[in-house]
Amino acid sequence: MLENALVGTRRYYGLLALLAGIFALGFLVYLKQIQVGLGITGMGRDVSWGFYIAQFTYLVGVAASAVMVVLPYYLHNYKAFGRVTILGEFLAVSAVTMCILFITVDLGRPDRILNVLKYPTPNSILFWDMVVLNGYLFLNLLIGWNVLECERHSVPPPKWLKPFIYLSIPWAVSIHTVTAFLYAGLPGRGYWLTAIMAPRFLSSAFAAGPSLLILLCLLVRKYTKFDPGKEQIQSLGKIVTYATLINVFFFFCEVFTVFYSQIPDHLLHFQYLFGGIAGKGRLVPFMWFSIVGMTLTALFLVNPRLRQNETTLAALCGMVIITTWIDKGLGLISGGFIPNPLEQVTEYWPTVPEAIITLGVWAMGFLILTVLYKIAVSIKEEINA
Amino acid sequence: MADYKNEFGVFAERPKVEKKIFDRNKIFAGLAIFVVLITIPLWQNLGKVVAAPTPSLDTPVIKKLADKEKKCIMPTDWMRANHMQMLVDWRDNVVRTAEQKVTTSRGREFVAPDGKKYLASLTNTCMECHSNKAQFCDQCHNYAAVVPNCWGCHLETGKKLAEAK
Amino acid sequence: MGIDRREFIRIAGLSTLLGLGGKGAFELLAPGRVDAEIVPKPEAKKGKRWAMVVNQKKMDDHTARKCIEACHRVHNVPDFTNPPNDKLKLDPAMANRYQIKWLWTEHFHNAFPGEEQKYPQEHLAHLNFLLLCNQCNNPPCVRVCPTKATFQREDGIVMMDMHRCIGCRFCMAGCPYGSRSFNWKDPRPYIKETFPGYPTRELGVVEKCNFCAERLAQGLEPACVEVSGGLLIFGDLEDEKSQVREYLRKYFTIRRKAHLGTNPQVYYIV
Repeated sequence: MLENALVGTRRYYGLLALLAGIFALGFLVYLKQIQVGLGITGMGRDVSWGFYIAQFTYLVGVAASAVMVVLPYYLHNYKAFGRVTILGEFLAVSAVTMCILFITVDLGRPDRILNVLKYPTPNSILFWDMVVLNGYLFLNLLIGWNVLECERHSVPPPKWLKPFIYLSIPWAVSIHTVTAFLYAGLPGRGYWLTAIMAPRFLSSAFAAGPSLLILLCLLVRKYTKFDPGKEQIQSLGKIVTYATLINVFFFFCEVFTVFYSQIPDHLLHFQYLFGGIAGKGRLVPFMWFSIVGMTLTALFLVNPRLRQNETTLAALCGMVIITTWIDKGLGLISGGFIPNPLEQVTEYWPTVPEAIITLGVWAMGFLILTVLYKIAVSIKEEINA
Repeated sequence: MADYKNEFGVFAERPKVEKKIFDRNKIFAGLAIFVVLITIPLWQNLGKVVAAPTPSLDTPVIKKLADKEKKCIMPTDWMRANHMQMLVDWRDNVVRTAEQKVTTSRGREFVAPDGKKYLASLTNTCMECHSNKAQFCDQCHNYAAVVPNCWGCHLETGKKLAEAK
Repeated sequence: MGIDRREFIRIAGLSTLLGLGGKGAFELLAPGRVDAEIVPKPEAKKGKRWAMVVNQKKMDDHTARKCIEACHRVHNVPDFTNPPNDKLKLDPAMANRYQIKWLWTEHFHNAFPGEEQKYPQEHLAHLNFLLLCNQCNNPPCVRVCPTKATFQREDGIVMMDMHRCIGCRFCMAGCPYGSRSFNWKDPRPYIKETFPGYPTRELGVVEKCNFCAERLAQGLEPACVEVSGGLLIFGDLEDEKSQVREYLRKYFTIRRKAHLGTNPQVYYIV
């Protein structure tokens, strides 16, 4: 099946070359980071996690969202999703790979990464994160590859694959729950110490992931001969709508608890994000854009006419992706660390080398996505012919 | 195409396909280049003589030792074979213990087979006598292309030598 | 050759896995050839639960500075805010980001956030509190470390194993006291005077106060306690006759964020 990835149009090769080039640039800057240290980023003693971990958190959500196409199709026989499960699973593979890469570039001693396997520590959530991420990568590769191959030969998938498929459904929920538990169990970080962290993570995941999937389906329809289908996109649109509404609701739940109880431990972080503290508030415009944008987008998505028009749907999905990314990719980490446990404000902003390495990892993710999608789409085109 | 067998052996017979090598010339040429490249370390140094390592014991502290005291904490042959493992054991015992489950530090002093006690420290025991890292440690390490990471953190000059300076 | 592409890839893949796995297994399972006999020094301090009492009532800035200097000197802690030569000078924001602090001072409202009042005791208002790792009895940093690079000894000290740390900084996120520092940059150029009795650190590992475990093993007091002139009291909580127990009996003490359940073992006489 891999041979499908080796032949394509000029545009396909061009895209691969562009992504490979960006990855190569990111890799070179990463070598500099290994040499000079993580000080090359904007992180510091107070904000000790930054852009890399934020991207990892966001992408775990995108990866988990594959369950939103797998569950209706395999568990509830929603036949329409049969066309797009492979796209969801391959998106998950790409996203989880990016997660693992982001964790690796964030480590101070990547040469010792195998210590996590050598000295397993079940009381550490990071250990379980490694287990569930790698497990999910393996599951999606196994399931996606086998189902696609069987489809190519017009036969049903083998029976032994079914338990793996069923396992991947709770496993998807677990990868994002475990990632949320990284944050939600730390006694010193009031912004994160909330039971709603895991549900919020899941709701924003199920909003962002299917949104990205919708955009990818529209791109696939435009640039290839495979049409994921209008009904499929509409179903995904409904999922995005409900997930975004729930995400906004969860956020307002948080806001109520924090602002009504007015405990400084929790309040100060929201104050920093949405109003700034002592004049320091670089994230304020972003956070307002995110929450107002997300709320309006959720409300617009409720309107069926805006959903059925694929142009407006695409625009709204784009907004969902941008606003959830700001919320998780910018606000979550900074908000947790600022103010620090001594109630001091040290701001954080990614540096240029940090941004280039980040882009490099995203490029690698999209490279893998392009290759996998090319294989999937070629085979779908083949069987439809 | 209802009769197809993949490696999982679930379905029916796989259609017979005549197997042959395409591009025979390109493949063999590629294989030849690969073999040449992968054996570069072997034939590139043919005829070249790389001098055997000559670790030097010429340090102020060793010179001051009386003749019968001129020995390491363990016999030389043993040290040559085992100093790496010994240092790792020292490290695990001083910071943690050898058993992974117990997390107390057991102690600081290494008891040699002859009963003598030495501080279990690379910098403050080994490097006190062997203060010439470049002429001693590096000699064999460079020859064997080994890059131990110890001196990234552990200093080369121990307390006694630093005070002497 | 009667082999097709799929079989070739499968055989190549399996061979690679066997090769790598075999090497890995060999290294993991290879028996250690040496069983080094390491014993504690007879003069090593023995204690069941080490703790420290900081007499902030009598503390002055000069003593605090002496303590910090002693600690940072004997542990080769770099100073990014005061580099030994001007070429290494960093702008203040960057220096603060890279700064490594094992022992440092803060005012009351930062040391004990949430406990401050608008009209505090006059003495308290500008007092510099000495802060360090609290060597908690229920440490969240140990709970979250994925490799047990930070672990709790049976005598209570929360240790850092620099050899094992992968630099994930989860422990820094978990510490409610801001006591941990990470090596964002190579520290060696920023160490004024290298102390040969203790190693330096490399890029990419986390470090913090270790209650001078290496000095306790030699029978010495922690460096800060030694120069504090009696303002820092260190001892074994489980020993009723120890000075820490005496001070805890005599004086009212507070701890940082005790309500979080971390059970910190640094007590402040205010």
